[in-house]
Order: sequence, then C-alpha cells, then structure tokens
Amino acid sequence: MPTNDMTFLFGGAAGQGIESNGAGFARALARTGLHVAAVPDYMSRIRGGHNFYQIRVSEQPILTHEQAVHLVLALDERTVQEHTRDIVPGGGVVYDAASKVDAAAVEAQGAQAFPVPLKQLAVEAGGSEVMINMAALGVAAGITGMDFEVMAGVVRQGFAKKSEDVVRANLEVSRQGYDLGRDQYAARFAWKLASREAPPRMVIDGNALFALGALLGGCKMVCAYPMTPATPVLHWFAAHGDRYGAIIKHVEDEIAAVTMAIGANYAGVRAMAPTSGGGFSLMTEALGLAGMTETPLVVFLSQRPGPSTGMPTRSGQADLLFSLFASQDEFPRLVLAPHTHEETFTAGWRAFNLAEKYQTLVVVLLDHHLSSMVRTVLPADLRMDEVTIDRGKWLDRAALDALTEPYLRYKMAADGVSPRAVPGHPHAVYSATSDEHPEDGHLDSESKATRTAMHAKRLRKLQSALADIRPPFTYGPEEAEVTLIGWGTTYGPILEAVDRANAAGARVKMLHFVDIWPFPVEPVQALLKTAGRTIVVENNAMGQLGMLIRMMTGHQVAGSILKWDGRAFTPEEVLAGLEKEVR
Amino acid sequence: MVTRDDYASPVRPTWCPGCGNFGTWNSLKNALVKAALAPHEVLIVSGIGCGSKLPDYTHANGLNTIHGRPVIIATGAQLANHRLKVITTHGDGDSFGLGLGHFINAARRNVALVDIIQDNQVYGLTKGQYSPTSDPGFVTVTSPRGAIENRVNPVLLALSAGATFVARGFARDVEHLSWIIGEALQHRGYALVDVMQPCVTFNRRNTYDWYGERAYKLQEAGHDVGDLQAAIHKAQEWGERIPMGIFYRREDQPAYHEYLSVLQSAPLVDQPLGGWTPEQLQALVEEYV
Repeated sequence: MPTNDMTFLFGGAAGQGIESNGAGFARALARTGLHVAAVPDYMSRIRGGHNFYQIRVSEQPILTHEQAVHLVLALDERTVQEHTRDIVPGGGVVYDAASKVDAAAVEAQGAQAFPVPLKQLAVEAGGSEVMINMAALGVAAGITGMDFEVMAGVVRQGFAKKSEDVVRANLEVSRQGYDLGRDQYAARFAWKLASREAPPRMVIDGNALFALGALLGGCKMVCAYPMTPATPVLHWFAAHGDRYGAIIKHVEDEIAAVTMAIGANYAGVRAMAPTSGGGFSLMTEALGLAGMTETPLVVFLSQRPGPSTGMPTRSGQADLLFSLFASQDEFPRLVLAPHTHEETFTAGWRAFNLAEKYQTLVVVLLDHHLSSMVRTVLPADLRMDEVTIDRGKWLDRAALDALTEPYLRYKMAADGVSPRAVPGHPHAVYSATSDEHPEDGHLDSESKATRTAMHAKRLRKLQSALADIRPPFTYGPEEAEVTLIGWGTTYGPILEAVDRANAAGARVKMLHFVDIWPFPVEPVQALLKTAGRTIVVENNAMGQLGMLIRMMTGHQVAGSILKWDGRAFTPEEVLAGLEKEVR
Repeated sequence: MVTRDDYASPVRPTWCPGCGNFGTWNSLKNALVKAALAPHEVLIVSGIGCGSKLPDYTHANGLNTIHGRPVIIATGAQLANHRLKVITTHGDGDSFGLGLGHFINAARRNVALVDIIQDNQVYGLTKGQYSPTSDPGFVTVTSPRGAIENRVNPVLLALSAGATFVARGFARDVEHLSWIIGEALQHRGYALVDVMQPCVTFNRRNTYDWYGERAYKLQEAGHDVGDLQAAIHKAQEWGERIPMGIFYRREDQPAYHEYLSVLQSAPLVDQPLGGWTPEQLQALVEEYV
C-alpha cells in the first residue's frame, strides 16, 4: 500500500472557506511529520465561482505540486466535474450524498465515488451548513488513516479566537466525518498517511518568507498599494510592524508607493515597494530616479499574467524582460528571481544589502505561484544566522565627524560606488538631482563631459555587482543530451521532471537561473558548452529567458517548453513538453 | 548663529531677470535664518520646472526629483527622519497637474511638511503652456482660444482636504512672504504656502501689477485664522480682490508621523537594523510551525 505520498484536492465556491481550511489541513498534515506542498487556486471574486486548494504530501522533501490527484474533496458539484479527470486510478472523490453528483459518471472516469451526507452532518453535529468544509476534511483524514488528534489540534488552534462553542462544533463535525470516512471507505482507498517523527517544520508561503527575510534584513518601511498577488507582503508587515519596528504605508497609488520608498531610502531608511506588473508599470519613471540619484531601492514584483490587468489571481513569468529594462535610458539594477521558498527568504534580506551596496534598484521577481504556494520549510534551512546587514559605503556619524574635505556625494570611483551620506550631518550637506550632475550633485544637464563620465560611473556598478551574482545552478548528469533551462519558480517542476526522465533512462540536466541581472555572461557561456541540446522552460509565450541568453551570449536555444495559461507548470507538463521536443 | 550666507550655494540661478522665483527664494532663506535652522537640519525636495531648481541654488540637503512627485517623496523622507525640517518647492504644474493626488493626500495626512507652491499660473520651463491654475480664457500655445477649464483653487482644495495650515503669499512682498513661511516652519503638520509669483516671460496677464492691484492682507482685515467657515469663504475670493496671508491654522491635530508608535522612541533612520534576539526569531518561526 502506498503510504505518505499523495495529493488531496479540496474544492468549492469562493466563500466556502477553501483556502483557510485547506491551509489548516496542510498544517495538520505537516504536523504528522510529512512534507507538504500546497497550491491555492482561486478566482478573482469574493463569492461563488470555483476555488480549490491542492495539497501534496510526501515523506520526501517536495518542491512542487503535481497534476495527479488521489483524493478530491468536493464541496460542490463543479469540483467533481472539473477534477475527477485528474484522479489517478483507484483514487476517489468525496462529495455530498444529497447532491446531484452521478456516481456512475465518476466511476466511468476510473475514480471511486465516496458519497457522504456532508451537509446533513454539518447541520446536525455542528449547527451550521458552513461546517461542510470541516466535515469533508474529517472524512479525508478518516479515509487516509491520518491521526485525528493532530487534526483536532489544528482545529482548536485555528478557532482559538472564537468561542468555545465554535471550537466544540467544528471538532464534532470533523470527528463524525472522520469516523464515517474510516468506517465506510478506508478499506477501499489504497493511499494512507502515517505519522512520522520529524523536526518541527514551518508551513509557509513565499510572500510571508519574503516579508520575513526583508524584516530581518532591516526593512523598516513598506509602501504599497494593494495588488494581487503581492498584497500579503503589505499585510504581513502591517501585522508585525509595531512589534518589530517597521512602518507600513498603504498609499494612493503605486507611483506614490515607490516614490515614498525612494524618499525614505534617500533619508537612510531601508524601504521597499511590493507590487505586481500593473503597479510596476506605474513605477517605471521613478525607477530611473533611484538609478540617477543613486538611491537604494527594493521593489518586490510578484508576477501575474497580463497585459493590463490580465488574470489577477493567476500566475506567469512574462515580466522578465520588463523588469530588466523598465524606465528610460540606461542605469544599473539587479534582478533576483528566487526559485524556492528558502531562497525567497534569502532574497528578502539580500536585496536590501545589494541595494545599499550598489546604491541602486534591486528587483525581486516572484510570481503568483511561489507567492501563494504553501510549503513545509525546516527553520534551519532558512539559515537565519547567516543574515547580515551590509550597508556598503555608508558613512556613519563617526566617519562624517572626521570628514575634513568637502563631501562629494557622487565622487568618482573605480567600482562606480561613491561613499554615501544621508541628510542630517553638517559635514555632508548636498543636493541630489534627477537631472545629470557632476560629483558634487549639482545640476548639470548640458555638459558632454559630465554626462559621459557620470553615466559611465553609474554603469560600472553593473560590472562590480557581478561579484554578488550567482551563476545558474546545474543539476543532473554532467554529460547530458538535453539541458532544460529555467528561471525562478519553475525550479521545482523542472527538477522533478529531470529526475523522472533520468529514472526512465534519459540523460537530462537542468540549468537554472536565480540571479538574473547583471547577467553572468562568462559562467553561462561555460555552462552552455556542455549543455547539449538546450530547451528553455518558461511560463510565458515568447521564451524571454531564451531571448536574453541569445542577447547576452549569442547562444540560440534549440527548443522551448512554454506555457502561458495562467497556471504554474507541473512536473508532468514539463515531462510531456520534453518528450515532444526530443521526439 | 545661522546667517543667510550659510544657505549660499556656488550655483547661480538660471531664472529670467525679474522672475518671481527670486522673491520666493529670498523669503524662504529669510524664514530659515529667522527660525535658526542650519542647512543640515533642512531638507528641500522639489519636482521639475524652473522653480524646482531652487534646491540646487540653496546650500541645504536637497533632492530635485521627477515631475509631480516631490510631496510624496518628501513624505517618505520625513517619515524616515522626522528630525529634519522638510520643505517642498515646486510649481503649479507640478503640484496641481501630475501631483494633484499627492497634494490632496499630503493635506489629508497632515504630513509635517512646508509645501511651497511657486504658482505663476503658467508652464515656464516647457515654454508657456497654460497650467491648472491659469485663469479661464488664458491664451497660450496649448490654449489658442483661451483656457476652458475651471482653475484649480489651491487654497479651497487644501481646506477641503483637511489641511491644518493654509496660506497665500506674493513674491514681491518678501517681508510678508518671509513671515508666512516662518509661521509655516513653526507649524506642526502640513502647511500649504501658495505663492503668487509672476512669470515675466510667459505670463503677460498675471503680472506683478496684476497681483499687486488685487492683493490685500487677511491679517489686516480682521480675519480669524481659527474659523474654517471664514477661511472657506475667503478662499473663494479671486478676482477684483485677492486675499493673502494665513487663511486657516490649527495646531491641535498631530502630524502624520506622530501617530506611528514605532517612531515614538527615535527617528526611523536612527533605529538599529537587525540585532534580533533568539527569542524574537523563535517567535517569528513559531507562527508557522
């Protein structure tokens, strides 16, 4: 019997508590000692429609969800219609016995029908139809043999702020669901869950990890306008700011958000502006202000499909080239694209160090998928003890006290980075300007010599910053026939596809970009030499990383696996794409 | 002792001879000296336009930014270091064209900010187009048959947005304008100082004489600065007679930064980065276990 390796899909309408209760169930599963990767899939509406929460569990560490589903928990008929086709042979679907679901139609698709009087149970044992979600999760736990006490613990914690009656009712509903599932269907369902000894793991999504990393990295101000999928970063800081010394400002628009952050950074405070593509579009002019005035700035850009408002609650990777080149003319910037939950935390604090070290813009590029995907993370793997604060060429009070020469904010420097003083010290009073300027910061929008020298100085930071850019990671056999090239959040599905392909006798490796700009030309050129046939895997239609590689190295990738339907890749999809490409 | 020389920049203004900016600039320096503020204690943020070059001509912390955004950039800097005396200097195009939303929001927020509008009712640096404060009928290159929009009324708008200090000055009356800016520097929250300052090159309508014939001083006319209704009434006067001086003022409303508990102990810029205790880190982890 397969133990501790399966996927649940919990679905219903918006307003039925799919995401909140799904997250609670994921937390319960993690507490049984298993690894969890959970993906919320929700519509841009508050009530109705179809939402689901897909939870994969395994004894092995997992980085991604997969297409195959073992047990569907359907709070409405639409969930049955939409997801029965993804159920593996022998898997099943739990649904309300009083609904119009046709058991024969379910079975015709190879899945088992598990009707349960969910609604009746919720009303009779809990006093409210709302608790149908608890009933279904109880059934799931009963069918799979999960330890009920672990689930009960999460229920108690989840409703701790509500009355004792609410806790008792929810426990009773889930308990009765559990018993029903165990007694009626457990014997017919092959996949089981058994608790294991494991160190405590966090159950956390990418946005929260980024926010946590940013906080530990000294972010003291978050300026934002709410925009899915980046909004939770603002919420996170709002909930933690008072306790941990950070302020948040929900301002009138994204132009205000980014310019307020620039003002704060100019005055010496680490501040950021989290957003998505539409907000980033509004910010573009101001990005150049940061570049020109050499003001540190962190922008968190969680992508969703566009153009324009596009698909607000869906995922994509089509802002890569935009993030590299947004705003007029040329100025240095760094673009980081974390590929895992752990790396998203690291990017949170690293971005602030890099922004101050190079006194310019740092974009952290995530997408809806990693922003919202919940995964088990071992706290030790975040390596919090490695968090450092590096302010670069920051002149502190003592250094400024000792200053005898007139201070030049934009003093020529071989590495492009000048010593930085922030307003407030009598030895370093200067004017900074968005117009071109010489070393002292005074406006000079005419001189050829000033423009030539200062523009070159700023751009030298790109060369300097290469020292902090990590070349792409490789994984798989050194001598491979095919190399799958990706960036950012496709890491999990590509990695799993590589493993599955190689297990089936192929010789495939992967080359994965995490730090994207400045582009690490030399290491990439070296890595491409042994890549064999190169195929990019991207969540966009134009193969933007492939375009970038060609632009920067001259290498034309041989093929591409592209997907722009608003959903993240599953390993199965990468494998299917690979088969098609090499056929 | 702070003197005007402390504010002397090596750069000479590029403003046209007779430009209204000179009066505003001189008044600002007078007020800063009188308030005994040293250049390193002052931050002047500007946008884009002739008037926005003012920080470059003034030895103080300065940030000359992009069009329309100085008020919100200044808000970020003020929250980052509320020990700085933050001033914005920008034109009517900057403030009421692109920057209109930020203007309303700065007033709503009561940011501790002296917002000086170099209001010449025309676009200067882009060569003479009409502006949001141009009088209806004003003929320019972009309004060849005369401007057909109602003019933005900065004073009335600020009052409606809850501004706690609202004033208008005249660039030729440096003594009076110095006094207004001096009062604004003492103000707790957001202070609007809308300055009638002629553009001698592109606005032949709203000249020194035009303003001079109409302007009268509210403080000499027995106006009560604590009376919002009276201020709203006076704010609508724009024609044969134009009131100037302080329309409205209240000091009982905390400034934006005063509401933030994090800023009670020290300016944000002076607070430590990092230095987390193991207990704090553990508490953050525990939320998710």
